[in-house]
Amino acid sequence: MFEGLDQAFIQRALAAGILVAWLGSYFGAFVVQRGLSFLGDGLAHAAFGGVALALLLGIEPLWVAVPFTVAVALAITWVRERTRLGADTTVGIFFSVSVALGVVFLSLKRGYTADAFTFLFGSILAVSGVDLWIIALVVVATALAWPLWGRWAYATFDRELALADRLPVTRDDYLLTAYIAVAVVVGVKLVGIVLITAFLVIPAATARLFARSFATMTLVAQGFGVASVLAGLLLSYRLDIPSGASIILVQAGIFFASMTVSQAVRRRSEAASPRA
Amino acid sequence: MSTLAVEVRDLSVRLGERTVLEQVSFALPAGAVLAVVGPNGSGKSTLLRTLLGLVPASAGSALVLGYSPGEGPPSAIGYVPQIKTLDRTFPGTSIDLVVSGIRRRWPWRISREERQRALTALELIGAQGLADQAVAELSGGELQRVYLARAAARAPRLIMLDEPATGIDMIGEESIYRFIDACRSEGAVTVIIVTHDLSVSHHHATHVLLLNRRAVGFGSPSAILTEDALGRAYGHKEHLTTARSHV
Repeated sequence: MFEGLDQAFIQRALAAGILVAWLGSYFGAFVVQRGLSFLGDGLAHAAFGGVALALLLGIEPLWVAVPFTVAVALAITWVRERTRLGADTTVGIFFSVSVALGVVFLSLKRGYTADAFTFLFGSILAVSGVDLWIIALVVVATALAWPLWGRWAYATFDRELALADRLPVTRDDYLLTAYIAVAVVVGVKLVGIVLITAFLVIPAATARLFARSFATMTLVAQGFGVASVLAGLLLSYRLDIPSGASIILVQAGIFFASMTVSQAVRRRSEAASPRA
Repeated sequence: MSTLAVEVRDLSVRLGERTVLEQVSFALPAGAVLAVVGPNGSGKSTLLRTLLGLVPASAGSALVLGYSPGEGPPSAIGYVPQIKTLDRTFPGTSIDLVVSGIRRRWPWRISREERQRALTALELIGAQGLADQAVAELSGGELQRVYLARAAARAPRLIMLDEPATGIDMIGEESIYRFIDACRSEGAVTVIIVTHDLSVSHHHATHVLLLNRRAVGFGSPSAILTEDALGRAYGHKEHLTTARSHV
């Protein structure tokens, strides 16, 4: 498939892409079902503020971007819990503030700031060994949080029922948002701030077209996510086009093809059993 | 002497600046069916949410199955919320929903035992045919029956229903009240039902709490649903006429 598979940077790109797709799709199911697509966008832009701060301080970007973005994610949840503002409004406020802070940090840094702009569009082929270890660590942390899946899903279905059953819904919301923030930050290096939301939203939205259970939706989303990375990287390699954009165009292609198929299936089943 | 399922003393609840419930008191014996009736905004749903521990009391006290709200064993209470609170686009089946009531978690996989227990509960409500149907495809009445099966599957000691008949079909409504009547005749489960429909109070309840921020009356349906009490609760004459037309 890839002539360059024996090359370390291609191996790292594949491994990182698969892991980030797995992570993005896992949390994407919650993002899509809770109507938080804009949250992914907001957190990606918060990561820009973190990266800019790291460049100003002369520190490895991820070490600052991760806590910075998690702090923004927790602040978004905190404001939502304490006000009657909608999720989109709250995210919009922090989105703008983070970008403004990023611009200020970059303006304070003297000299060349190209690193900040590589985070805007990402570069999966530039993933380092350290990046890969960090992504793997996040995957392990997500797997360790597996017992929370049932609680997160329950509150996603009906928050009031989960509260009536004494689940710690507010604490779980903070945890889920923090996890999404970390998944977004580690994905930003691969596909960039501008495109990372697609990793959260498109595979999960595609799976939603078919899935009859939330568990199936999560698994199918992860399948679509990983397949898109493999096909996208192959296309990028063959056509010599940017890898992040290529992956997302594949995701979009799968989405629209799935939508066409699911609508055809629905029309056929409605024709076979018309409801009174 | 019968034990009390719910005991409320001088309970007041404030939501922001507004006093929604003021010094409400009543004592409900175990095995009773209580209909909470009153005009819109009279605090019916807030009372239920306070008893569930979802809304804190600003004054007074309540004991639910012997515990303060939100402190007893959660599985002892079956809650049937208004169907508008849930996400109808959520991918899940009726069985998933019923099992979520047993586990207090959304199920990733369902064991054979859990499926059997959920099917038994659905059968009790006459909704076994809906087991593998997607929640998104259920009508309001069907969904309400599944919610009731979900509550019943926990083998609760207290079931609370928040306007279960709102926006549902006749069959759905009938199965709900059949289930309540069965609970009443067995006397093993206490039921609290918030309703706009006064006929429900007459035909299915053992007790009525007439509410309009304060408790206008509490007792048997025949003692409470009098013209005088309804007039005090509903205020305007036209509201009273509307309310009485349901009886």
